[in-house]
Amino acid sequence: MDLYYLPRSGFSQLIDVLRNHAETIMVPKAQDGAMVFSELDPGEEIEAGWQEVQDAGRYSLEKTESPRWFKWATGPQALKPIVYPPREALWRVEKQGITFESVPESVPATAIIGVRACDLAALSLLDKHFLGSQFPDTAYKSRRDSLFIVAVDCARSAATCFCVSTGDGPSATQGFDIALSELEDGFVLRSGSARGESLLKGFSRANERQITLSEKQVDQAISMQTRQLPAQDLRSLINKSLESDAWEAIAARCLSCGNCTSVCPTCFCHSESALAELDGSSSTQYREWDSCFTQSHSYIHGIVIRSETATRYRQWFTHKLANWHEQYGRSGCVGCGRCISWCPVGIDITQEVATLNGN
Amino acid sequence: MVTNPQSPYLPKTVEVVERIQETQTVFTLRLRFIDEGFSEQYRFQPGQFNMLYLYGVGEIPISIVSDPDGLPFIDHAIRVVGRVTKGMAKLKKGDRLGLRGPYGQGWPMDLARDKNLLVITGGLGCAPVVSAINYVIERRADFNKLTIMQGVKLPSDLVWRSRYEQWSQIPDTEIYLAADEGAANWPWHVGRVTELFDRMSLAPDTVAMLCGPEGMMRVCIKELVQRTIKEEFIFLSMERNMQCAVGSCGHCQFGPYFVCKDGPVFCYAKVKQLLAIKGV
Repeated sequence: MDLYYLPRSGFSQLIDVLRNHAETIMVPKAQDGAMVFSELDPGEEIEAGWQEVQDAGRYSLEKTESPRWFKWATGPQALKPIVYPPREALWRVEKQGITFESVPESVPATAIIGVRACDLAALSLLDKHFLGSQFPDTAYKSRRDSLFIVAVDCARSAATCFCVSTGDGPSATQGFDIALSELEDGFVLRSGSARGESLLKGFSRANERQITLSEKQVDQAISMQTRQLPAQDLRSLINKSLESDAWEAIAARCLSCGNCTSVCPTCFCHSESALAELDGSSSTQYREWDSCFTQSHSYIHGIVIRSETATRYRQWFTHKLANWHEQYGRSGCVGCGRCISWCPVGIDITQEVATLNGN
Repeated sequence: MVTNPQSPYLPKTVEVVERIQETQTVFTLRLRFIDEGFSEQYRFQPGQFNMLYLYGVGEIPISIVSDPDGLPFIDHAIRVVGRVTKGMAKLKKGDRLGLRGPYGQGWPMDLARDKNLLVITGGLGCAPVVSAINYVIERRADFNKLTIMQGVKLPSDLVWRSRYEQWSQIPDTEIYLAADEGAANWPWHVGRVTELFDRMSLAPDTVAMLCGPEGMMRVCIKELVQRTIKEEFIFLSMERNMQCAVGSCGHCQFGPYFVCKDGPVFCYAKVKQLLAIKGV
């Protein structure tokens, strides 16, 4: 594979070539105490030094002296809100004649810089859900097709990361156009697609020292991971534990708030609602992220199928780790650890699997 | 810059051809597409459902009860239970609504051909199986004995009584009804629906189709299996919250299945483990 090198001071060259392909460039920014993807304004630079401390129930950003832009491991979002917005219009209907029409949405070609290996794994899972169906989701597809992805290998792992055990990281292996490995003074770059390769062609080659450093960093990120999921398929363990007391024990702590489902990069549940104009002349049908932790999620005419927190947590966990295999051919967990950090009471999916497994 | 192509969620405009008040709480909406092009493309199987949208109120899944050969008319038997069905009850001939579908897996009518058919329903009427019964009525010679069983809590819960009287007139058809509590106008069995099994003889090549509360289906299936009906010949229509109908919104998950696309009709052999667990 051809590896290129770009000094940090020359990164604007990459931004410039990306601008030829994309109307919008998104980069990580510290916003409201967390790293999120946000539009890069012309002339603006990616901010250096941000690093986070994550643990069960904890996410806290710190500004360090490091020149690095990608020292942080994960933010709360991944790519989910970009390809599948928290709220979107599905269609509109006119009262006169009851005629239905699509809601046109302009989707700018977007380059997104700083995507992690776990985010790429999650994106390929969302692709399976939204596109691999008899009824492909056209809105998702437009946004998905508009993306030019610049991934970055993780040089460090957060305490909550366990992507090594799920096989999804910490280095990007698929689903990107360009991948970066960030060194102190610059970036080792590789392409993951023909269009990525065509952009990198003009850059100079990386030298031996740069390549070795970038490889060592990945090893370092791997060695930093303390959490893990068992390597085997968890279907049989979970399916024989559906009536275990473990669910009640988790429910005693779980607030059923749904934070885990919001930050999970593969959770896809959504609900629909109609919003009529004030004058009553038209109405728009929306879809909005929903969570299996809500009472309304399993509601059918007067009955709530999962009225207890224990059955809701079991639904989430069982879907994520067992039923995804049946539905989409692999586990729905990519080891990003977001559900652990953003859980207000610090419920740890890896620990709950271990408990179920008798450890 | 690209613009979204047409969404799979976009309903088509239909109009009410006829509205038939069946009982105090049940009515049938006979619908037809405004655009003849959609009408010509539209095909369905008994047991499938449509998403019906009432302007400004919402969209709900409703079983199709008419015959596949009855197109371009599509009948939906609707019981008034919630906001949308309450609104739909007020519709008149010529009124318009939205329809998208058909969705889901229907009843195994091909498997049931030349066999005995046992239809078991419970609770407050059960539109999904009505399509199968109507299908048999239209093609009576293709099927052997038809047995219809219905269990209710109270005699007044039998919401569409005249229909059972019509069905009892079909050749080679037996009707068994049970109410947990009796009443003066209840000539049928008083007791549990499962007690009815002792009154009938079930041939081994019987295909059973069930619809109703899960608890009722569970006990009936236990009886069927004891009476040597094959698990592969037992089918049930499951109910879960369905909003998108295309396996996307996630609400109707039942174990690994999306009820809207993998069901609503499931073979018992496939869902037996799940059916035994509460809250799945």
